[in-house]
Order: sequence, then structure tokens, then C-alpha cells
Amino acid sequence: MKYAYYPGCSLECNAAAYDWSVRAVAEVFGLQLPEIDDWNCCGATEYFSQDELTACAVIARNLALVDPQLDQVVAPCAACYLNLKKVDRLMAEDAKMGDLINQALAAGGLHYTPGRVQVRHFLEVLYSDVGEERIRQKVVRPLTGLRVAPYYGCQWVRPFKEVDNPEYPMKMDELLSWVGAEVIDYPVKAHCCGGHMTQISEPQAFELIRRLLYSAEEYKADLIACMCPMCQLNLDAYQSRVNSFFNTHFKIPIVYFTQVVGLALGLDMQRLGFGKEIVAARPVLEAKLHPQPAAAQS
Amino acid sequence: MISTSHGQRGSAFLHEVIGQTPDGERLLHCLQCGTCGGSCPNGADMQYTPRTIFAMIQANQREAVLTSNTMWVCVSCYFCTTRCPQKIPITDIMYTLKRLAIRDGLARHTDAPALAKTFTDLLDRYGRSFELGLASRFYLFNKPWAMLKMGPLGLSMFTRGRMALTPTRIKRIDQLQAIIQKARQLGGTQ
Repeated sequence: MKYAYYPGCSLECNAAAYDWSVRAVAEVFGLQLPEIDDWNCCGATEYFSQDELTACAVIARNLALVDPQLDQVVAPCAACYLNLKKVDRLMAEDAKMGDLINQALAAGGLHYTPGRVQVRHFLEVLYSDVGEERIRQKVVRPLTGLRVAPYYGCQWVRPFKEVDNPEYPMKMDELLSWVGAEVIDYPVKAHCCGGHMTQISEPQAFELIRRLLYSAEEYKADLIACMCPMCQLNLDAYQSRVNSFFNTHFKIPIVYFTQVVGLALGLDMQRLGFGKEIVAARPVLEAKLHPQPAAAQS
Repeated sequence: MISTSHGQRGSAFLHEVIGQTPDGERLLHCLQCGTCGGSCPNGADMQYTPRTIFAMIQANQREAVLTSNTMWVCVSCYFCTTRCPQKIPITDIMYTLKRLAIRDGLARHTDAPALAKTFTDLLDRYGRSFELGLASRFYLFNKPWAMLKMGPLGLSMFTRGRMALTPTRIKRIDQLQAIIQKARQLGGTQ
């Protein structure tokens, strides 16, 4: 299987662990992820606050640049995923907007026909295209006893409801259970991490982060697995600030679901980007997991 | 007044919001049930919950709506949008209110417009976001005292190889800028 890959800006540096682990896991299952040539930033939520048509045109450039041989694009960042999908839908449903966006693209010699590219998240690819049987077959280090809180956040599950249940999604739960993890029934799994509010209003952002950490701790999670770099950044990098703000003592590692899957596949921890998280995951992983079998691939 | 069809009924502001929001006509069907505010993780911090905002839009209270903090507290989690029994694209309406407030210089109570402007200026220049540039410019010009608190965080990101010191520019930045310029011209935002 071959998909156009849209890493998005976060995965270039701040979320390099996500990029590395996506690529490493993809390789195990023979998935090819050629990067969209010269892709640009999706504008996150910021461009939509300023200028709708420009926001859409900036996003649509990426769709237009997808290799004509490919008809699916994989975006591991939930915000990028939503933006790409939203613009594709908008162009399909609103002919006038579709036409204006294409007029803007034409200024750069590009064109996009809505519906030509299907936008997918890497979780969907693993869950549906690779599937349970093949994933189970590749597990060499089952994560028995590792209690994982599956954290979906917002922008993969909402507003489009077709990928999973928008209130209580289950696909990451299932995927992580296939690799042997003890998946906790995390009540706030699709609640918000605060997004850009960490930059704008700390009290509001910190309260949302606190709820997520509190619930994970209540359920005795060893770590939180997430699927969006914004969520990871807020929960990980701001965890000590949240502790100072509320006088709490959370110490919960925040990793990407692909890192957790990669561990079970026997991939090397460094290659999966472990060590880049601020609240270190290694101590709990070493305490909980069986020693790595000698036959495991690196 | 709540009208039942998209015609001359309803306030001028109602039609302005509808006209600038994809699928905005759904706003005409608001039942005032309050599911939106009840679903909002930040509802308690809003001056007016979305339900109240929609009533105010229908009552043509343009300035009161656009100077409120409501849309700036929205985190785009889309809970209200998926739960609305009338399928109103509430999060998208919040984006419309943000755009109108910025355009008319009515944004109050927030640094969000400055963050958005700094972010999109960097995107326009490089084609990629640049976190260090974003954070340093945003804090320097908007809340320099907060930079002190951000220092240790920035350093721990840097030591883990999670913060680039220089921006990445895409190869065909001219192409992106031509597209942006044309979009602004078409949208009348230039």
C-alpha cells in the first residue's frame, strides 16, 4: 500500500517522535509513505480566524500537490487531518467556494478536484487497512501489564462523525489491545487539551489539561497515548506548569500511539523517538515490560 | 425574532453571519435548547454561551457580540457542532465571529488575534510554521513578562531536539505567495 504523506510542521521537529514512529511502524507493514513534495503548513486553527478563503487555498495547495498516481493522503496530526478533510468537503459541497479556491490555486498553476484525494489518519490506516490479524502476527513484545490511557482529543473524531464515535471513540483502544496493552476505559478520551489556549489563557488551558491528567491518574494509567502533536505538547510540556498552578503532582508520560505500537513490534526505543518526551516514559516502560527478546528486530 | 426561512426576515447581523459561514443557514433553525453551551469545555468562562450569542445575533446586537469574549474562548473541539440537534455549524460560526471582530477592530479580552496574525505572517513568509519565531514574537510584543516563565520550557524542548532555531522555507514559496495573494484579492481581504 502506498499513501501520500503529509507530516505537517509539528512532525518536522517538536513531534519528531511521532514522525519517526509512524515511519518505523509503516515499514513493518510494508506501507509506503512518500512525502507530498514541497507541502506547506495547514494554517492550524489560526488562518480560519483571519481569512477563510485564504485559509482554504493554503490548505488546498497540499491536496493539489498530491502525486496524481495516489488517491489517499495520510496526516498523523489531527489538526492537519481536519483541515485537509474540511477543505476537500467544502469544495465538494459548496461549488462557489470550490471555484474561488481553484481560482486562487490557478495563480500558482495548480488545480484540485474535490474528492480526488481521500484524507486519512494513520490510526485509520493501521486499524482498517492493516487490520487486527496482521498486527497481532507482528507482535514480538506484547505489552502485557502496561496500562495505557488512549487519548483521541478532538479533531480526528469531530466534527466528521464517520471515522469513529464522536463522543466515545474506540479504534485506538482496540488497536492498543491488539498489541497486548491493558487499555483503560478512559472517560475523557475525546475531551479537549486546550489547543492554543496554553499561549492565550493559561488558567483555561491548564484546567482542561488537569482534567485529562487527573482522570488518567485515577485510572492508574502508566502513560497516555495520543494521536495529535498539539495534545502531546500540551499534556507533556505543560505538565510541570500545571502541577505548579494547581499544586498537583502528576508525572504521567505522554507518548504517541505509534510509539506504543512500535514497542510491541520490537522496534528500537530510540528509533521510535522515546526520550524526546519531557516526562520520561522509560522508567515506567522498563518497570512494566518484559525484557526485550533476543530475536526482536531493531 | 427567529425566522423559518432564509429571506428578508431576521436581523441584518444574522444574515451577515449566515453569508460568511459555510452552511450558515442552519442558524435559522436554532431552537435555543442550550446543548451547545452545556457541551462546551470552556462554557463557564464565556460571557455569553453560544445559545445566548445566537439570540443576540438574531436581535442584531452586533457590537455586543463582536466585543464579547465568547468566540475567543472557543477551542475548536467541535463538541457543540456534533451535538447540536439542528446541525448548526457552531464552531464555524465562532470562526466567522472571530474574523468579523478582527476585521472591525472589535476584538477584546484576548491575545488570540495577535497569535493568529503572528502565526499566519510566518506561514506567508516561509510556508511552514516556525515555533520559536512564533513564541518569541508573540510573547515579546504581547506579554514580554511571560517570556520568563516560558524560558525553562523552551530550554527543555531544545535539549530534547524538539525546537528548531531556524525556520524552514518551502522550495516554491513564490507559488504559495501567489496563491495567497490571489485568495485575498478574491475574498476582498487584501
